[in-house]
Amino acid sequence: MTRLPVAFYAGFLLVALLLAGVVSYAASSSPDGLDAVTRTGCELDESGEPVGGTCIAQNAGEHATAASPLADYTLGGSEGTTGIAGVVGVLVTLAVAGGLFWVLRRRSAPSETPSRGE
Amino acid sequence: MEPHTGLVAMHMSDGIVNAPISVLFGLIAVLGLAFCVARARRDLDDRTAPMAGLVAAFVFAVQMLNFPVLPGVSGHLLGGALCAILVGPYVGALCVSIVLLLQALLFADGGLSALGTNITNMALIGTFVGYGVAVAMRRIATRSRGGLMLTAFVAAWVNTVVASLGFVLEYALGGQGLALGTVFGLMTGFHALIGIGEGIITALTVGAVAAARPDLVYLTRTSSPSLEIRTQGVRS
Repeated sequence: MTRLPVAFYAGFLLVALLLAGVVSYAASSSPDGLDAVTRTGCELDESGEPVGGTCIAQNAGEHATAASPLADYTLGGSEGTTGIAGVVGVLVTLAVAGGLFWVLRRRSAPSETPSRGE
Repeated sequence: MEPHTGLVAMHMSDGIVNAPISVLFGLIAVLGLAFCVARARRDLDDRTAPMAGLVAAFVFAVQMLNFPVLPGVSGHLLGGALCAILVGPYVGALCVSIVLLLQALLFADGGLSALGTNITNMALIGTFVGYGVAVAMRRIATRSRGGLMLTAFVAAWVNTVVASLGFVLEYALGGQGLALGTVFGLMTGFHALIGIGEGIITALTVGAVAAARPDLVYLTRTSSPSLEIRTQGVRS
């Protein structure tokens, strides 16, 4: 029999899905702190690419997975699909992380308790 | 290239620091994560393993939510202290690392060669320093839910600022384009502000989990003296 707090898990997942799927549309599109620093000193064009001056971001290469169907948190680059990409991301993260942690977990063995000496 | 609305990139791209330093921090990240995998096992059981997967998924979601901190500058959750307080530092570092790995592989966010630096800063430095702060404040954290939330806020603020110092170090070793003093001042200044947002999100999240399932908060659970041993056999 299980005593897993399934309702709590479900609620937690729902919150994550709502944040990634809905609230993400309200996120600021300004560069984050790191990007703001790497762009300092450059003039940028409309898409945020450095076109003049000297800055750290000029050394940045094109992203190796820029052709990914989920690149830039969109579906194939389509506008307005951030929420869908976010939901996919939440579910993939849950599957990968949850799967890894499930494999790594201590199996509960009734006769065996964690040693107290630790 | 069409302009994208919304998020573009949140983490270090390829080439921001040079190849030797990227490799060095890649090595540090691999060693650190191997250590975390070895130690995570004892913190994972039938109840906490699903929780840890959900915490990782939650961090992925909240990292998408950039909030403004200054005109033209935003910030987002890093998540180290949040994970460490809820699922422990070893599992927590793995949670943040998995998020960073998936962002780099699937979402073109954070360079593949920069994974080592990004993991070192956010998953290792941020998580363990944040957890250290939380442990130092454990007496306050165990006193009341307000104390736990205050602890979460402070740990998260510190985790944000020290993670940004990780970048400053890597830049000092293998970056170019801007004076080091300027990088230091801007990074710590921006992240002192971003840390307030990180602190609020972490405090609210930890507070909500503590209200619903206090047994799923690692920081305060492990401070309780007894290991509760259930006599009913649990068969998986």
